[in-house]
Amino acid sequence: MYAIVAGGGKVGFFLARELIDQGHEVLIIENNPERAEFIANELGNVVLRGNADEASTLAEAGAERADVVIAVTGDDPRNLVLLQVAKRRFGARRTVARINDPRNEGLFRMLGIDATVNATQVMLSVLEQEIPHANLVPLLRLRNTDVEVVEAIVDARSAVTGSSLRDVDLPPESTIAVVIRNGAAFFPNGATVLESGDEVVALTRGMHEPRLRSLFFSER
Amino acid sequence: MFVIIMGCGRVGARVAQMLTNAGHEVTVMDVQSGAFKRLGAEFKGSTILGDATDQEVLKRAGIERADAFLAATQGDNRNIMSSQIAKHVFGVKTVVTRIYDPLRSDTFAALGLHAISPTIIGANAFYEELTGDPASTGKV
Repeated sequence: MYAIVAGGGKVGFFLARELIDQGHEVLIIENNPERAEFIANELGNVVLRGNADEASTLAEAGAERADVVIAVTGDDPRNLVLLQVAKRRFGARRTVARINDPRNEGLFRMLGIDATVNATQVMLSVLEQEIPHANLVPLLRLRNTDVEVVEAIVDARSAVTGSSLRDVDLPPESTIAVVIRNGAAFFPNGATVLESGDEVVALTRGMHEPRLRSLFFSER
Repeated sequence: MFVIIMGCGRVGARVAQMLTNAGHEVTVMDVQSGAFKRLGAEFKGSTILGDATDQEVLKRAGIERADAFLAATQGDNRNIMSSQIAKHVFGVKTVVTRIYDPLRSDTFAALGLHAISPTIIGANAFYEELTGDPASTGKV
């Protein structure tokens, strides 16, 4: 795989190092001469000095044969625009953006970026997992929709504990897809009774998530 | 009509003055409050301090009822991003974007942005003054 990494800061540097270790062809685009020299000393001849948001730099980098272009600078507008240029002008097959402001995630998807990574969002997900009783964890959002896959852990205080699924007052447009009990997954039906310790994987629209959440909260 | 202008540099401020003088409603945005001095004391439009790549700031500027949006900051990326927000998120009818980099300008024109590249316009004008020939004879 040929990967172009735009931005040779910490994220770009470590990402490139791992990709090289995995045997991929990698080119880092970095504008700062000292930083570019540092990367070349550490990783070898894998640096192109230049502004990744200038189309001529992407042309020099061979963006038209890139399997993936990854933009990891600390500047969201720059990441967005350079990936749009890579995709539309050079036909890069896949574009991945680091997003700094979580609010930009939907926008990037809407404007054609294939995948986004947002450290703030990841931190929030981890924190939600860590906070007691906030036991509904967003796993992923189905691409370009507002449908979310969420995981919840049923505990003794959850409103749903001991109820069969047909009696659970689920929010609209929500479904409990899989239950994991004692390490084994099964597909529940209306007669399934939820027990404390069950892990539940549910699909819901973003707008209904708070109601779904309340089912698994401690208020009975 | 109601026009929002992002970037109160020489060009942004001048366009804003021209529009208000012609009777249009104008709101100018910039990230530096000092930039608004360019508008002069007589300026009849409004100013908003903030970044137009932020949808909340754009809403505060009244983007939902804007007839036109001009992105004229020094940064191509900012201009391109905020223009796409104005066009695709808020459905503003007329969106004009300043893009210095000619290659980027071509790409985003192809993507439906109305891009104006001062680099191309300036170079063409200089060429024509220098040679007396139309700019098309000196294709890059």
